[in-house]
Amino acid sequence: MSATTPTDRLTVAPLTSVQATLLLVERNAITYRGAWKLFLTGFLEPVFYLFSIGIGVGALIESFTYHGQEVPYAEFVAPGMLAASAFNGALLDSCFNFFFKFKHQRLYDSVLATPMVTDDVARGEVIWGQLRGGSYSAAFLLVMLVMGYLSSWWALLALPAALLIGFAFSAAAMAWTTWFTSWQDFEKVTLVQVPLFLFSATFFPVTAYDGVLRWVVECTPLYRGVVLCRELCTGNVGVESAISVVYLLAMGGIGLAIVGRRLDRLLLT
Amino acid sequence: MISARGLRKAFGEFEAVRGIDLDVRRGEAFGFLGPNGAGKSSTMRMVAAVSPPTDGELRILGMDPAVDGPAIRGRIGVCPQADTLDSELNVRDNLVIYARYFGIGRAEARARADELLELVNLTEKAKAKVDDLSGGMKRRLTIARSLVNRPELLLLDEPTTGLDPQARHLLWDQLFRLKSSGVTLVITTHYMDEAEQLCDRLVVMDGGVIAAEGSPAALIAEHSSREVAEVRFGSADTAADAVNPHERYAEQLADLGDRVEVLPDRLLVYAADGDTVLEGVHARGLHPVATLVRRSTLEDVFLRLTGRTLVD
Ligand SMILES: Nc1ncnc2c1ncn2[C@@H]1O[C@H](COP(=O)(O)OP(=O)(O)O)[C@@H](O)[C@H]1O
Ligand SMILES: [Mg+2]
Repeated sequence: MSATTPTDRLTVAPLTSVQATLLLVERNAITYRGAWKLFLTGFLEPVFYLFSIGIGVGALIESFTYHGQEVPYAEFVAPGMLAASAFNGALLDSCFNFFFKFKHQRLYDSVLATPMVTDDVARGEVIWGQLRGGSYSAAFLLVMLVMGYLSSWWALLALPAALLIGFAFSAAAMAWTTWFTSWQDFEKVTLVQVPLFLFSATFFPVTAYDGVLRWVVECTPLYRGVVLCRELCTGNVGVESAISVVYLLAMGGIGLAIVGRRLDRLLLT
Repeated sequence: MISARGLRKAFGEFEAVRGIDLDVRRGEAFGFLGPNGAGKSSTMRMVAAVSPPTDGELRILGMDPAVDGPAIRGRIGVCPQADTLDSELNVRDNLVIYARYFGIGRAEARARADELLELVNLTEKAKAKVDDLSGGMKRRLTIARSLVNRPELLLLDEPTTGLDPQARHLLWDQLFRLKSSGVTLVITTHYMDEAEQLCDRLVVMDGGVIAAEGSPAALIAEHSSREVAEVRFGSADTAADAVNPHERYAEQLADLGDRVEVLPDRLLVYAADGDTVLEGVHARGLHPVATLVRRSTLEDVFLRLTGRTLVD
């Protein structure tokens, strides 16, 4: 036994929020050591969609007018895939993994017995989700570049946009998950995920809808993400893009605040 | 190190801790002895700055947990009642990353992890998955983890529950050495031998309140006699009675000691000299099937104070 005397106590500076947040990321990174197969599945999902729907369905569609431009269907749909994969990834990671760590593994009980606080946990998990999601998005963008689907320098901003989508959905999904009590609750996630995925103008322009329905779709978060990516990849950036950015930032910020508050309430009892 | 006044903890309508006063001094080993549900863990969680008190005043290392939670947690070590190990990390990484949570640098964290694995005899298991460890090994890892930040104050909630006797004695020895090196220990337990062995001072807790406080010896001197004669009678002759036959014998023996306690299977006669009690029993023509004379323990104190045994 080493002599643990008060004099040789470790003197460490208090953690800053940034350090504390990154420590949780570090912890998650250790659990992923050697789990690169998982990376492959996350990356392949949008690629499969692109090749089946973008190219397969695209072959049936002669020409396509978007913002007064003629675009091949695949080029139209690829940014949608980019946004949708960021969305799917965030939802999956935040709901399942977060629920597992929170309720099953009770990881945060032990983390919060240290100088770490609930906001560090919330931020750390969301950032971790974006590191994974971001690497899928970057790889997918590379595929788009190689296929010649990127027609503007604005496309450089499509990666941050995908991260923003991931951030907004991760935070919101994590907040929602704090109310889950069992794995059955995940059916609700599917119930939200599938309609958002299908109806957010991912596969077709929103002009397919009229009146109220169109208005509703335009207010949904994934739609904002899809059009943002599409605007950036095709170079049609405008006021609407800015609205999407503010919308998604606000959604993520509010979600994050709720996660911190809920963890406080549920774990620090 | 710890000072509490009128400390309360309520979960909804239910009050788990109902107004306790505490003063734990630097360098001492302080114990909470009490049955399940007494409110020991609830108190420990408040002291660990992970559970806000419902009411009352609480100071840990001179700080208010509501304000300085992270600073307090940085200087204490906690071994919770239920192991909260990270099952996605191996044994060594559990310690390394936990040290990191305290802001300890990577190299230092690794060195500390290896040192602690050695301490709790888990070096061979360094690369093992947490789920593959036995219950006792998990407990030892949790205890090692509570030491990563070289705490000034160590909170151990039932540290030896689930350990085999050998591991218990090993742990007691280690805790004793920690204490000698100046670490303040706060231990909850429902084992009286553990409390007697380890604690300089303890409180007997029951139903969310403190029933008695003092050193083990003082508590025994104050609340019990020096010796106890345990007397067990056969039950064949009282088969017709619904009542415990020992109730009847208790009346006959009442004047032999300071006090007689009736348990379902035996009588406890409290007296300065247990052998004299037994002589008296035989002199009255009674024939117990088994007898035993022993010194008073904290269990007797507890029985006296609450009318119940500690471990049921
Ligand atoms: N989070 C909680 N919510 C509701 N009741 C609780 C909670 N934690 C403890 N209790 C109750 O408080 C009482 C005291 O529990 P505890 O402090 O764990 O006692 P001990 O550690 O002495 O066994 C028990 O009746 C327990 O059921
Ligand atoms: Mg307990």
